[in-house]
Amino acid sequence: MQMAKHFSVKDKEAIRLLFSPLAQRCYSHGGKQETDEEFDARWVNYFNKADIDAWELRKGMNTLIGYDLVPEPKILDAALRACRGLDDLASAIRILEAVKDKSGPHKDIYPYLIQELRPTLDELGISTPEDLGMDKL
Amino acid sequence: MVVRVLNLNQMLHLTAGRVGGLFSRRAVVGLTNSGARMSSHHEVSDQVDMSQPMYWDRLDTPLPDRAWIDVLDSKDKSLKQKEKGPWTALSKEEKIALYRLKFNHTYPEMKKPSHEWKTVIGGMFIFFGITGLVVFWQGHYVYPPQPHTFGEEWQAKQIQRMLDMRVNPIEGFSAKWDYKNKQWK
Repeated sequence: MQMAKHFSVKDKEAIRLLFSPLAQRCYSHGGKQETDEEFDARWVNYFNKADIDAWELRKGMNTLIGYDLVPEPKILDAALRACRGLDDLASAIRILEAVKDKSGPHKDIYPYLIQELRPTLDELGISTPEDLGMDKL
Repeated sequence: MVVRVLNLNQMLHLTAGRVGGLFSRRAVVGLTNSGARMSSHHEVSDQVDMSQPMYWDRLDTPLPDRAWIDVLDSKDKSLKQKEKGPWTALSKEEKIALYRLKFNHTYPEMKKPSHEWKTVIGGMFIFFGITGLVVFWQGHYVYPPQPHTFGEEWQAKQIQRMLDMRVNPIEGFSAKWDYKNKQWK
């Protein structure tokens, strides 16, 4: 990940390549490998369900966080909108905390995600943990 | 793939009941009864109803099965009503309050390092010390006297006998003895 330092955060395509959430589930025999786009589309679809309920939101997020990847902004956007549909601001903030934690030592990822999600955050009125001072102890 | 397993903390608490010391210091966050009877001050009850959804703070499970505080007073209820409207209308304090209703620890609070390692290392050394004392006492009071073959005189005679027998004369024992000058090489 040392390459990441040479790219500015604005260089979206390059960042995509580096941070693309590659779901590398290797089935030992046969089975097509799902592409990144298919994975993303599947998850966006999941959270975009019109009548998604609270259990499905929790299940989806917990499963997604269990994967060895940081979700793409579009997936998170769908998840945040699902929170809005369920009148659940706390979970929206929790999701942001969770993806920041998922980034681990790669400190560039979270600011990029927030940058990409900024329009949605502003539209829905979701404050980041940093805005609320909850990123400090 | 999130596997829902009881963490060690919870398992220990369930079997050990009220145990003082190291284990009970860990906040038994998840082991509170949900439902209307529970107050928002989460006391640890002896029996946890495992058939009810539980709360836990886990880094890999951002959204646990239930909210932290179930029983809402009127202030909380009105805040929850306000949450149904546009979130831009909420103040920072209200947003924080909503978060704290639903969750106990924030991620930084979950990840806060504890001082437990000092207890562990300290306890280790204490046990080493006790063991050392036991070993010393045992050496003094328990062990029988050493066999006579360990004595200085006997050992000297033994070595002389080995040299006379030319034990390992090429690479080993006697090879290191200078027979002409009667000393070790």
